Amino acid sequence: MEKILEVRNLSVAFETYSGKVQAVRDISFDIEKGSVTAIVGESGCGKSVTSKAVMGLIRKPGKISDESEILFQGENILKYTEKQWQSYRGQQCSIVFQDALTALNPTMNIGKQITEKIRVHKKVSKQEAWQEGIRMLELVGIPNAQMRMKQYPHEFSGGMRQRVMIAIALTLNPKLLIADEPTTALDVTIQADILEMMKGIQKTHGMSIILITHDLGIVANFATNIIVMYAGKVMERGSAEDIFYSPAHPYTEALLKAVPRLDMEDEQLETIEGAPPNMANPPTGCPFADRCRKRMDICKQEFPQETELAEGHEVCCWLWKGER
Amino acid sequence: MADRAEYLLEVNGLKKYFKVGKKGTLKAVDDVSFYIRKGETLGVVGESGCGKTTCGRTCIGLYDKTAGEVLYRGKDVHQMRGEERKQFTKMAQIIFQDPYASLDPKMKVRDIIAEGIRSHQLINSEEKIRERVDELLVTVGLDQEYGDRYVHEFSGGQRQRIGIARALAVEPEFIVCDEPISALDVSIQAQIVNLLGKLQKEKGLTYMFIAHDLSMVKYISDRVMVMYLGKIVEITASGQLYNHPAHPYTKALLSAIPIPDPKVEEEKVRIRMEGEIPSPVDPPKGCRFQNRCQYATEKCRMEEPELKLIGKDHYVACHMC
Repeated sequence: MEKILEVRNLSVAFETYSGKVQAVRDISFDIEKGSVTAIVGESGCGKSVTSKAVMGLIRKPGKISDESEILFQGENILKYTEKQWQSYRGQQCSIVFQDALTALNPTMNIGKQITEKIRVHKKVSKQEAWQEGIRMLELVGIPNAQMRMKQYPHEFSGGMRQRVMIAIALTLNPKLLIADEPTTALDVTIQADILEMMKGIQKTHGMSIILITHDLGIVANFATNIIVMYAGKVMERGSAEDIFYSPAHPYTEALLKAVPRLDMEDEQLETIEGAPPNMANPPTGCPFADRCRKRMDICKQEFPQETELAEGHEVCCWLWKGER
Repeated sequence: MADRAEYLLEVNGLKKYFKVGKKGTLKAVDDVSFYIRKGETLGVVGESGCGKTTCGRTCIGLYDKTAGEVLYRGKDVHQMRGEERKQFTKMAQIIFQDPYASLDPKMKVRDIIAEGIRSHQLINSEEKIRERVDELLVTVGLDQEYGDRYVHEFSGGQRQRIGIARALAVEPEFIVCDEPISALDVSIQAQIVNLLGKLQKEKGLTYMFIAHDLSMVKYISDRVMVMYLGKIVEITASGQLYNHPAHPYTKALLSAIPIPDPKVEEEKVRIRMEGEIPSPVDPPKGCRFQNRCQYATEKCRMEEPELKLIGKDHYVACHMC
């Protein structure tokens, strides 16, 4: 498979008063062209920071380490000049944020916000850009697109606002779309509608998607690949089938058991005791060791290297060392 | 309703309206009737804006009612005055949704928890209050020394535990849990839900559990009430609701919940609703769900359906059921 994005040894740290917070610690993964990859993990696991690094949005006091490489279609984007970044962001890769109300400008109508992006990147007339804007709103399923273009963000419901965000992200046909918890603040019914819409567009347009979420439920029907992150590390990655039907890491397993399922009767909800470690002073060993039921002596001393269980299914856990 | 003696809370025809603008009225809760038995958990679900939080808050007297009655052990909550009212505020407590906004940042955790004890003068010696707070901290799974810290030092899950300890401090019988887990991570959600379950068993508490996460509500509730635009559309035992939902809205809501299993998801048939939830300032005539319902008939557009019994303990407001 052709790779659209290759992340190599990415580390991101933030300088704070309470010390250097190591949000992402030496992670590597690939995104295949045309795939939907979900990055799953709890708050503070580094999933959003990873996506911001891919978009080139890490700002002071954040710093990407010198060893890190992010290859977009073979080119290291971390070496980009500001000008190169500008043509990369939006045209090659765009992002949908979680909170559409704060991400949209309340003093500009929707039409202006969509056409602004088109006009910055492309030499087109105002009318052409406006027509393109209407087409985008229709694409994401907003009725009365012509009238809606002239309205302001506060006149849209939460679900519609998120659709507008997606429409803006999709203008100019980016090759990679990052969706950072796009449905977390929405009702289940609206969430299902938006995911369905995104899935449809992905099929027709064939772009690659990185879906960032803490909810394994919403990725079951959408993602082709899943990356499980914890405390700034990738714990396990594989196809959706691998993760759901043969999870190898105790953390992945625990995460799957911590959500009650509608289609099952009287199951016991298993809790993961404790809380994630403080990232200003992360443990040297496996960060999940303190909460893990299967921990061994070695877990606290050293972080395990990746073990390949099957093609594309890799896990970082001492339990699997020596399996092969 | 022969077993009324078992009811801890009985709500009859409760309405709560808010004024919006000069002329508009927002009917947040519009003529709802239900009951909660002693020691059970009633789950309340619905989309945002359906009136579930307003309903919970009105039930424990945080809001005045517009009409109807809320009976707690047979006494009208909104008519209580003086000593009686004070007793009620001790018996009924609430755990708020947002653990970041609902705890005073300028107070020590110890004082937040002890505030209720002091105001109700349950314990008079400061030393004993200290002991009691320590005990409560342990009950909710926090370290005793956390009592002398401030709220900003804690994570969301820990704050929610503090909120639970605060509610438990006055030894209530009835707790309204207003989306207590919505702001938390999945692994922490399970911890809080299991803690609430354990406390219920130990102390015989009665819960009204408000949430929009239907899978968690199914897990914790004995009975579930589904609300839509200020009305109850269906109320029944938890298992019955999930296995045999009757109202088209309940069915649509259930089919939208993602299941963490790709094969099950693949085969799932989703029942779609037309459009979005209408404004509660100007709800549709007749059945409030009629403009989004695929089965709606002329009758649904004209006449508002009453909540009627269709099976054991199973009430539905729909002309088609």
